[in-house]
Amino acid sequence: MIKKSNTERAKEIVSALYYPVIAVVLALALGAVIIAALGFDAGNAYASLLKGSLGSKNALAETFIKATPLIFTGLSFAIAKRCGLINLGAEGQLFIGGLFATIVGIYVTGLPIYLHLPLALIAGFIGGGLYGLLAAWLKVRFGASELITTIMLNYIAVNLISYFVTGPMKEVGGDFPQSSQLAVTAQLPKLLPGTRLHAGIIVAILCIIFYYVFLWKTSKGYETRVVGLNPGAARYAGMNINRNALLAMFIAGGFAGLAGCSEIMGIQLRLFQNFSPNYGFDGIAVALLGNNTPIGIFISGILFGILRSGSNMMQMTAQVPVSVVQIIQALVILFIVGREMFNFSKKIAQRKAAIAAAKGVE
Amino acid sequence: MLEGISNFLAADIRTATAILIAGLGLVFSEKSGIVNIGGEGMMLTGALMGVVGSWQTGSVWGGVVVAALSGAVIALIFAYLTITVKADQVVVGTAINILALGITTTLSRVIFGLNTSPPKIGSFSPIAIPVLSKIPILGQSLFNQPFPVYAALVMVPIAYFVMFKTDLGLKIRAVGEHPKACDTVGINVYKIRYGTVIYSGLLCGFAGSFVSLGLLSFFTENMVAGRGFMALAAVVFGNYNPFGVLGASLLFGAGEALQYRLQAAGTNIPFQFLLMVPYVLTILALAGFIGKSQKPTAGGVPYSKE
Repeated sequence: MIKKSNTERAKEIVSALYYPVIAVVLALALGAVIIAALGFDAGNAYASLLKGSLGSKNALAETFIKATPLIFTGLSFAIAKRCGLINLGAEGQLFIGGLFATIVGIYVTGLPIYLHLPLALIAGFIGGGLYGLLAAWLKVRFGASELITTIMLNYIAVNLISYFVTGPMKEVGGDFPQSSQLAVTAQLPKLLPGTRLHAGIIVAILCIIFYYVFLWKTSKGYETRVVGLNPGAARYAGMNINRNALLAMFIAGGFAGLAGCSEIMGIQLRLFQNFSPNYGFDGIAVALLGNNTPIGIFISGILFGILRSGSNMMQMTAQVPVSVVQIIQALVILFIVGREMFNFSKKIAQRKAAIAAAKGVE
Repeated sequence: MLEGISNFLAADIRTATAILIAGLGLVFSEKSGIVNIGGEGMMLTGALMGVVGSWQTGSVWGGVVVAALSGAVIALIFAYLTITVKADQVVVGTAINILALGITTTLSRVIFGLNTSPPKIGSFSPIAIPVLSKIPILGQSLFNQPFPVYAALVMVPIAYFVMFKTDLGLKIRAVGEHPKACDTVGINVYKIRYGTVIYSGLLCGFAGSFVSLGLLSFFTENMVAGRGFMALAAVVFGNYNPFGVLGASLLFGAGEALQYRLQAAGTNIPFQFLLMVPYVLTILALAGFIGKSQKPTAGGVPYSKE
């Protein structure tokens, strides 16, 4: 193995950061233009966004709280993508994960926290995983494209949750469509006194490590990546593409399910309708910006966490609707996936080649 | 009983219309080799802009025009990124959907405010066609409908004719099958694909305006609720044929109509399960249709000249 020199490594880092940085800067700039066009003060908006996400101990805690589900759903999209699948169903898998965790958190009683907590998390993982598996099964068994089935399953999940919290799981004697509170032993412990920061972020980091180890250090993970990169070669090498798709979607759903767990077991402490403000789809932006790499997903999860947690302050002090953040996220995805727009060295090379060709003709 | 059937058919056709109009646009972009999953976002944009246009111009028709144009603008962004920049169509489409959700939510809050009641907006009213609307059962359901329903039904044979009987249709289909071969015989692949995508945006925008002005007459966040994806599913399930799209749309529309009907009838089934019906039906339709669909060979693959 040849050791890379420091300059080579520096070059690699610069080229890895080139497109993400351009995408984020451009998206924020265009976001500012949109905010200004709507008649708001863009400078004030961004200032309050930063203050609301990084300005105090509590703000920082909120940023990590928002980043936690985003890291999970980012991992969810990423692992499916690594296997050549597009998981647009993280939102639904998140809801089902939250449902399973709630069931264990409420109806399983008498366990000590060191058993109850992991059990609820595992239940959430399995719940989301099975829901992801359902989409994968529909694909490998019936050839139904996961693009549409995952989306349809999202709507079904939302209605399922609605049914459970208004029907069988509704809090006894309560007035609202919500479940009763989780047992204390199924709540994620608080990490920082005086804030809402909970242990979900630790689970998220463990999952990033799992993601790395699984994909790059195990033979199953190696197969997953080969199937994603080159299904033809994978088949030729005797790998079972369908089984890999099923496994990848199970894990993808499981990650998304954990996003539901962290929201329910760390923040809301009970189940109710629409407890996720679109975290499932935000994960797509997180995964793409992070280029489906472990470190990248962590950093972009934090970045989008900043946007999410700061947006409330932005709405309060600058009156800019929170949904502007969604526009910025969409722009980040568009600039990342359309990165060839910014491949100036290639464009220059093409122009030079064209000029040279024209000269040759003369 | 007969009246019940007539009512059900009428509701089915109305709910199917938005899916059908969008599907008749998407069938062209799909056939030319572009998977436009952003149709949902284009519909959502059309839904908001239809309300805004109708409100500002004081006429439903103004709303339709503004909605269709806004859908086309979103489609142009989609086309640039997928055709010229050659970015991944599914990811761009998903981003377009998120973008449209963000833009429409933000704009509706800025324009209409959060707490003020929505302004009075003109909506589509049913137009009874003389004589035909008197036919038993079918008359009321088919011939006493708002304008977009007729427009959609008339567009089906026209779309079929253009797609399968004209030179343009041949080019569109060829570009979706063999872009390279088309290029060598002088067909501009990019131009055809830009055209079909923008056309799909126009129709998705129009379809969106029918969601906001035809069924409910106001805009709420994310109100298209998956109909854009159902339209795409209708194209696949309808085997990329306009008449097939019509059949699939009616099936998915029936799911929604059935849901309204059962709710009105007061069954013991929890309403959430009724709300799931259209989505479950879409999944079943796609799953029950293995390998029978004629997907364009070059579908989803960006075309590069070199």
